[in-house]
Amino acid sequence: MSSTPSSAQTPETGTARVKRGMAEQLKGGVIMDVVNAEQAKIAEDAGAVAVMALERVPADIRKDGGVARMSAPNMIEEIIEAVSIPVMAKSRIGHFVEAQVLQSLGVDYIDESEVLTPADEVNHSDKFAFTTPFVCGATNLGEALRRIAEGAAMIRSKGEAGTGNVVEAVRHLRQIKNEIARLRGFDNNELYAAAKDLRAPYELVREVAELGKLPVVLFSAGGVATPADAALMRQLGAEGVFVGSGIFKSGDPAKRAAAIVKATTFYDDPKIIADASRNLGEAMVGINCDTLPEAERYANRGW
Amino acid sequence: MTTPVVGVLALQGDVREHLIALAAADAVARQVRRPEELAEVDALVIPGGESTTISKLAVLFGLMDPLRARVRAGMPVYGTCAGLIMLADKILDPRSGQETIGGIDMIVRRNAFGRQNESFEAAVDVRGIEGDPVEGVFIRAPWVESVGAETEVLAEHEGHIVAVRQGNALATSFHPELTGDHRVHSLFVDMVRANLAPGS
Repeated sequence: MSSTPSSAQTPETGTARVKRGMAEQLKGGVIMDVVNAEQAKIAEDAGAVAVMALERVPADIRKDGGVARMSAPNMIEEIIEAVSIPVMAKSRIGHFVEAQVLQSLGVDYIDESEVLTPADEVNHSDKFAFTTPFVCGATNLGEALRRIAEGAAMIRSKGEAGTGNVVEAVRHLRQIKNEIARLRGFDNNELYAAAKDLRAPYELVREVAELGKLPVVLFSAGGVATPADAALMRQLGAEGVFVGSGIFKSGDPAKRAAAIVKATTFYDDPKIIADASRNLGEAMVGINCDTLPEAERYANRGW
Repeated sequence: MTTPVVGVLALQGDVREHLIALAAADAVARQVRRPEELAEVDALVIPGGESTTISKLAVLFGLMDPLRARVRAGMPVYGTCAGLIMLADKILDPRSGQETIGGIDMIVRRNAFGRQNESFEAAVDVRGIEGDPVEGVFIRAPWVESVGAETEVLAEHEGHIVAVRQGNALATSFHPELTGDHRVHSLFVDMVRANLAPGS
């Protein structure tokens, strides 16, 4: 037997393919907000594909008020220790030093998140400067493409985090999908003006028009509270879902977490969604988004 | 010759990319989420994803036993990354309750190449693939710690085993489905064709 071939070239980290490819591995899955190691284990046991480590879930950030910042390093490290699935954590918009800290802690994905209090009212972080990939929220196609132009390797709808109300996530996902569908119908002459309208680089606009989808994975976030909510977002075209307050603000988190995982995989099978929805206990109470004052709408943060 | 029907286990992971790669390798590709869908395919790809999640969902939806039966009966199967873990007879460091389908006599180490910050691309020479090395995309990738006598090592990276074959089962630590280079999928579809040929 001849010797086994072996590669010679130097390995390259932090490439676009490695960053975007990581998100491809999460598709069809549920990413859950957790505030400690115990919750992280519950999420992993329920079949989460990743956890989002944060100090307070969005519902509590809303309740407590004040400035919401990156979580404490020791808390993130405890969660990294506790589970083998990927761990994500949030930095404030434009707070590239929080992002540097998160990268040094070894988190697998950084969410530059509107749920935290923005640190810069003009600039988002330069995400190409990191080997750790970024996910960013968007309410429409132009915003998604601006984030991708800054180096985001994954996009999620913003929704309205911490409300338990899926209406804004539906609005944002439909908006993104509709704008992509419209681009598909444009001829080459029209794409330049479209790029100007979208306030996004022409090259990305052309790529989306050709692909018929974003060049990165698109998840849904913000307001998912039930298995049917998760399945709805997938039927609307989300490739996976983030669930924040919806799980650990409910009556039986372990059961609800597992149920949302099932409904996310079998999003097109109402019978399985019905089975998953049985005897889940109390859902989080929820907030009606139309009674939410402008200043408390997280989706307005970022641009 | 009829075109082979190759399923992609679609519980979670980069299913779409495998469907595209299989179609490019001249197979009919379809998603498999249910036992009755598994019964209709000639072969199966287990995609990249989270191995703990895929394992749990396979048990939960009654797929684990049918999967083991088909693999044991010689159905061609190809696993990438999490799929490689699912095809291992043994995981060195399993999460509690993490089960595998098995089929390849090997011991794997999960996330052996490190976390996402250590994820990388590197050229990999794969035995049986002609021409340039394969562009290996390794994402929180496992490696194969050791193999049994019947398992053929197809590739190594920095001294660690990253591609293996035993009989009709093929596995890679890396993700050819993310590269647009479909030679590994073509190799697998050739295995499927050979298995379907009369007298095989």
